Amino acid sequence: MEAVLLQFLAGLATGSIYASLALALVMIYQATHLVNFAQGEMAMFATYIAWALINAGMPYWAAFLLTVAFAFVFGVLIERVVIRPVENAPVLAVVAVFIGLLVILNSIAGWIFTYTIKSFPSPFPAALGIRYMSPHQVGALLVTLAVLALLYVFFRFTPLGLAMRAAAQNPVSSRLVGIRVGWMLALGWGLAAAVGAIAGMMVAPIVYLDPNMMAGILLYAFAAALLGGIDSPGGAVVGGLLVGVLENLLGAFVIGNELKLVVALVLIVGVLLVRPSGFFGSVHVSRV
Amino acid sequence: MRAAYGATRVLHGIDFAMEEKSITALLGANGAGKTTTLRAICGMVRTEGAIRFAGEPITGKRTEDIVRLGIAHVPDGRGTFLHLTTEENLRLGAYVRKDRANVARDLERVYAYFPRLKERSHQQAGTLSGGEQQMLAVSRALMLAPKLMLLDEPSFGLAPLVVRELFGILRTINAEERVSMLVVEQNAAMALDLADQACVIETGRVVLSGSAAELKKDDAVRRSYLGY
Repeated sequence: MEAVLLQFLAGLATGSIYASLALALVMIYQATHLVNFAQGEMAMFATYIAWALINAGMPYWAAFLLTVAFAFVFGVLIERVVIRPVENAPVLAVVAVFIGLLVILNSIAGWIFTYTIKSFPSPFPAALGIRYMSPHQVGALLVTLAVLALLYVFFRFTPLGLAMRAAAQNPVSSRLVGIRVGWMLALGWGLAAAVGAIAGMMVAPIVYLDPNMMAGILLYAFAAALLGGIDSPGGAVVGGLLVGVLENLLGAFVIGNELKLVVALVLIVGVLLVRPSGFFGSVHVSRV
Repeated sequence: MRAAYGATRVLHGIDFAMEEKSITALLGANGAGKTTTLRAICGMVRTEGAIRFAGEPITGKRTEDIVRLGIAHVPDGRGTFLHLTTEENLRLGAYVRKDRANVARDLERVYAYFPRLKERSHQQAGTLSGGEQQMLAVSRALMLAPKLMLLDEPSFGLAPLVVRELFGILRTINAEERVSMLVVEQNAAMALDLADQACVIETGRVVLSGSAAELKKDDAVRRSYLGY
């Protein structure tokens, strides 16, 4: 029983990281109706920046904040420079851009930082650990939950958050109430990139830092987003936690660690087959 | 006080001026260019010529900036943010306003005009009826505290009773809020009852304009648009 609890809590910790990356996917999806395949590589690249800053002697939390700020600006720039020109292009063109971004970021990271696996520090003191969870697991869970709560408050209760939701849903009407839609989309990319960067920094101490570290994580996040409903932010969070727990329990007791990633793939295929809108993907009611 | 909003040239050459704080109706058949005229005013289509608002040229400005001058557009199809709540829709109407305190007061005032929206304030706007969504669209425009409201076929798809209610409230709003209105309508009888002045548009040109009372008596208008 204790072993199950242990795996459950470990699953929650990694699940919260999947949840934040899934949330980043959902944020981009709501605005573009496409899944940003480069989301993981953007997070990986930001994590390398954090690593470089820490190695240069910067205190962890300063590097953390600076990296989040960098990722935000980077996300805004990507939207303005790379995505904007293909805004009205056919779906496949945009998907090709996403995949191009993925490959480019992966290669640049490998070129600058080499493909050697590096360790990434955890900032959390030993005192944070509890009986069943390591300090980093507790810390990562707290940090990601705090990020999710902040995002919720931002989107739910601030005029800017409301304007961003409006711009993603109905650009024409948004312009008519004076919202600068282009900037809202860029802001969304910035926020998604910042959230992804935090996920990257939280997961790097567990999976170690290398240019391919987010490949698996992105798959889990994708499964989480689909499970929750690809257009539902709340669903992404629940989906992330579920996928984390499921992955850990099945990996430990049923199928073994080697087949863990298969859980994500089976979930993706399963959700698409049985319930494409996921658990919380809204079936919108509208009357005309 | 008299102030001309200036002349508009769109399509094949549309020219008209509006009196401040009055209601002007644009009449015409399908495809005459009524909707395009409204879209031209708020920068949604490419326009040649000059559009002036309170003396200031606005031709070629972005929609977002035209809104900031106090021009609110109630678009055809109502432009509801379907997945947001009624109240969120209304708050978006006031997005560009800086006077937060007055926004709260205006929200209550809008609810006073349309009590049904207050009942549904936390309901997803997509679940509102057509009439309620039209009221929401008018209210959202009102939340801008606009100087000019552009209304595109407010009667479209609504039951006659609802139309009468809506037009009554529009009249009250015009009188109480001192806001000018440019109303595009196919329902010419309703529009002429509401408006102070009217222009008749045919294939992109103004063919007739004058006071609403005059136009109502005009034989050609009566035959073509009022049907008697």
